[in-house]
Amino acid sequence: MSAVQETVDRVRRIDVDQYRYGFETLIESDKAPKGLSEDTVRFISAKKNEPAWMLEWRLEAYRRWLTMTEPKWARVHYPKIDYQDLYYYSAPKKKEIGSLDEVDPEILKTYEKLGIPLREVEMLEGVVRPEGERRIAVDAVFDSVSVATTFQKELKQAGVIFMPISEAIREHPELVKKYLGTVVPTSDNYFATLNSAVFSDGSFVYVPPGVRCPMELSTYFRINERNTGQFERTLIIADKGAYVSYLEGCTAPQRDENQLHAAVVELVTLDDAEIKYSTVQNWYPGNSEGKGGIYNFVTKRGDCRGDNSKISWTQVETGSAITWKYPSCILRGDNSRGEFYSIAISNGHQQVDSGTKMIHLGKNTTSRIISKGIAAGVSQNTYRGLVTAHRKATGARNFTACDSLLIGDKCGAHTVPYIEAKNSSALFEHEATTSKISEDVLFYCVQRGLSQEEAVGLVVNGFVKDVLQQLPMEFAVEAQKLISISLEGSVG
Amino acid sequence: MNVVLAKTDTGRALSDSFALARARLPGAGKVADLRRQAFDAYERAGLPHRRIEDWKYTDLRVLMREVLPLAAAPDRAALTRADAALKLHAIKSVRRLVLVDGVFAPKLSDTADLENGLGIRTLREVLEGGDAALQAQLFTPDNSDSMVALNSAMVTDGLVIEVADGAVLTQPLHIVHIASGGTPAAMFTRSLLRLGKAAGATLVESYIATEGAKAYQVHDSLVISIGDDARLHHVRLIEDGREAFNISSAVVTLGAHAHFNTFGMTSGASVSRYQAVVVFAGKGSRVETNGVNLLNGRQHADTTLFLDHAVPNCASREIFRAVVDDRGHSVFQGRIIVRPGAQKTDAKMMTRALLLSDEAEADNKPELEIFADDVTCGHGATTGALDESLLFYLRARGLSETEAQALLIQAFVGEAIESIVNDDLRELAIAAAQRWLAARG
Amino acid sequence: MPLLEVRNLQVRVEEREILHGLSLVVNKGEVHAIMGPNGSGKSTLSHVIAGKPGYEVTGGEILFEGEDLLAMSPEERSAKGVFLAFQYPVEIPGVTTMTFLRTALNAQRKARGQTEFLVPDFLRKVRKVADSLNIPMDMLKRGVNVGFSGGEKKRNEILQMALFEPSLCILDEMDSGLDIDALRVAADGVNALRSPDRAVVVITHYQRLLNYIVPDFVHVMSKGRVVKSGGKELALELEASGYARFDDAA
Repeated sequence: MSAVQETVDRVRRIDVDQYRYGFETLIESDKAPKGLSEDTVRFISAKKNEPAWMLEWRLEAYRRWLTMTEPKWARVHYPKIDYQDLYYYSAPKKKEIGSLDEVDPEILKTYEKLGIPLREVEMLEGVVRPEGERRIAVDAVFDSVSVATTFQKELKQAGVIFMPISEAIREHPELVKKYLGTVVPTSDNYFATLNSAVFSDGSFVYVPPGVRCPMELSTYFRINERNTGQFERTLIIADKGAYVSYLEGCTAPQRDENQLHAAVVELVTLDDAEIKYSTVQNWYPGNSEGKGGIYNFVTKRGDCRGDNSKISWTQVETGSAITWKYPSCILRGDNSRGEFYSIAISNGHQQVDSGTKMIHLGKNTTSRIISKGIAAGVSQNTYRGLVTAHRKATGARNFTACDSLLIGDKCGAHTVPYIEAKNSSALFEHEATTSKISEDVLFYCVQRGLSQEEAVGLVVNGFVKDVLQQLPMEFAVEAQKLISISLEGSVG
Repeated sequence: MNVVLAKTDTGRALSDSFALARARLPGAGKVADLRRQAFDAYERAGLPHRRIEDWKYTDLRVLMREVLPLAAAPDRAALTRADAALKLHAIKSVRRLVLVDGVFAPKLSDTADLENGLGIRTLREVLEGGDAALQAQLFTPDNSDSMVALNSAMVTDGLVIEVADGAVLTQPLHIVHIASGGTPAAMFTRSLLRLGKAAGATLVESYIATEGAKAYQVHDSLVISIGDDARLHHVRLIEDGREAFNISSAVVTLGAHAHFNTFGMTSGASVSRYQAVVVFAGKGSRVETNGVNLLNGRQHADTTLFLDHAVPNCASREIFRAVVDDRGHSVFQGRIIVRPGAQKTDAKMMTRALLLSDEAEADNKPELEIFADDVTCGHGATTGALDESLLFYLRARGLSETEAQALLIQAFVGEAIESIVNDDLRELAIAAAQRWLAARG
Repeated sequence: MPLLEVRNLQVRVEEREILHGLSLVVNKGEVHAIMGPNGSGKSTLSHVIAGKPGYEVTGGEILFEGEDLLAMSPEERSAKGVFLAFQYPVEIPGVTTMTFLRTALNAQRKARGQTEFLVPDFLRKVRKVADSLNIPMDMLKRGVNVGFSGGEKKRNEILQMALFEPSLCILDEMDSGLDIDALRVAADGVNALRSPDRAVVVITHYQRLLNYIVPDFVHVMSKGRVVKSGGKELALELEASGYARFDDAA
């Protein structure tokens, strides 16, 4: 069965509101009292059995946050968030999980439904197992805590540390202390500072010198609890000459109220190291009237700290009511390279303001930005990006291509690039186009027997192909389906 | 005066200067009210700074720091110096309209024998006269930009030019702004050009100074309305003194099937900013807006264009080139908005910067905001140095390094300059570019 | 029952009537040529048969194997066996020709309640057809029509025609933009598809194409009507005398 056909069939099977991960898991949970105060921060830190330095770090961030104001420059509009009306911590009630068998069966079922392999033999749903061994280690984060991390033993043999960050703070304090907050400082921005104060879990990865991580690592985030913010923190370090590919997926139940997600991801590559970070973001986008959905305010940044290092971001953004997200690269090491490949799809009432920053500091640094924005329904889709070369970044190179596709005349697609060159040897090229799916192309396709929906799916998948190719294969297949599903109902 | 805000010394000085200047500012009643509102708007915001998104790259609190006091009306000596400067910047066969230190100088201007359908008055006349509609049009620029607000409050003179329906002027109009440069001072001018239906005109604006002019500030604004089927060719040449500030704004509105071709070149001034809003109000119109910055020393030049495609079937083309040497800083911000329903819009923008020195800086912000689907819109931006292999090729053919560079720079800015419709004006721009290149040595 | 029956068709585009009561009957096994000057409504007819949006049918009907064709969506018509070879085939960046062919073929088969082709069977079928049309497999790995020459685009249309096995093939100005060699290859491809189960309608301005695809019937269109019908000799007559004299007939 062709991918397009399969997509269409799948679309027909799902609810009118399209979102297929909108179910809720009913489990008992352990929550912090509603609202945010120093006590909330202390509560979270105590729940995690954190050392004193970590609590101090959080409190400092919290105090800083109190002095800050929410940023307003992005092209997103939403009612004021009442930070006192949220839960900052929620964990399934079941303590000290030793093995997967001890995880609440309801949670296991949840991940099963989501197609996430918590049993180490399973694979992502709908994917034919390719020839040869190809496995993915998963860290599953359910609301505020990590409920399971797979393949830990095997990874340990390779010297790779892959564990919930809460555990890493206890077990590898020297590494966490050395790197946490060095890429995204606690004072960075309103949402990152909030995250620094109240983050509850997330993944920690350390790949030692010269090690190529033997499998893909992934974290799967699920917001389940009502009125709960999710504030995860991910820290990935690729030491000299190391390589790791990391995947991230996200979903949430379908709810009428908006939920806040303010994550921070920090990546560090030392000399000759490489991190490939892929995201398929499929948070609940809200219903067809624009009610509900996740507010996704995320700070993701990579620091190519070492020479010849590389950080590559690939993202497929299909969910969330609001996306505010700019995965960036600080190209500090000489000859370092940053990449950003993005597909951002907005339908219904979604608002996307996403892009990247490529900050060239070292000599002969290169970067590449390929952004594909697709707007449908009454959504607004903005690419916002910065490319800058500092005085000493001689030989800096950037290529940027931002293409937008409009489906229907009620949506908007916007491009806001900032291109700053502060030395003459920097060579920057930027191009952007905006177009719609041509009526002629659609007619050509339907003349050959495709339905309108199939035709749109096909054309859109062609439009985003350059980016899809950057994803690990399992994700690429998932993403391709997701794209068609996200656009369901956009033509009529 | 009713001042409630705590002010910096600079702010206080300006409030005082507004109070002092009021007696000299033309217009009473409604006009005075509009000035008062504009000044309040300015006072609330103050000088724009980098956290104001539109002024991100041109922080006037750092670059300009203060607004100088209003220039005195030019005396005989000033007019004599201005006359000498004019001779150096004369353009053949144009109708010259001269503003010296922000005040219209009739003796230096050609106001006799107006072509049929051409009307020329000074801003002072219009503000002091009784044409309320025209006065209202003069105050259409949006005071939410604090430099526009300041200009609205302080404007002393300018030209109000009207071209009747169907009148096609054969002689270009040339508005010359001259700073006589006696004492550091600011001049505030605003001009209006109204083209009737199927009218045609060519407007040149030059900004110059007398020999050895001191630091001065030009605060200028221009309101243009182009009627249905009318066309305007427009050229701006910023050749201000090297210590000068030139902060200019323009608002251009086009009717249906109209054509606006505009070209701006900045080679003078220490800090300059040109912000233009072009509004398509009628279907089927076309705009070409092109520009060149030629900067060296510590010059800072900011061109900020906003093309507002509010109606269907219009086309716009923007070509911008910056050549930046020494520690110069060129800024180009180009925003294209296609509003809901403005289908079949065809908008393209290309901005390129050439950096000739390791300390030069070029910032580009080409922006697209699209709310209609059946459109063709795109932009491109490049930044880089001169192509080494081309330089080598030319040198291998016997050109010196400077000659080779000059040739390549001329080619680089050529595409923008070529768009000037009027042959004489195009030659003028080419000559100005060549002078800049020759001065590089 | 005729394969295609157009009865007194009236069509408007944006308030302007283009076809003023056109009738045409095409039976299986026949090859019809529709000739006429620019603006006579030839392409409009092909677009309306295929169901292109933007045309308003204000009168008449089109029956395909006795069914009301105008009531069907374009993809339903396609699945029923109506194939339009476009005058200007579109480019679809990022979608390989192979993917497109498989997706379209299976969509049609599915609509007809047939099983879908498995990848190896499909590949075998495509290879065979491509070989016969001199189409290298590499071309099929490129985006649909992206960077194809005029000749390649037309061959790609014929390839699809051969692959989808439609019962009605409409060739809209197939010869435009082709040199004589490319035209011959394309025409050979079409001739190979002539069969008693299939009809071909060739729309062309010039007689030249009809030297290669010899029609059974020739219809001359002028100002939105068929003004004269005849055998293949009518084309030669036109070649000699031009369209001018038919304008009066319209």
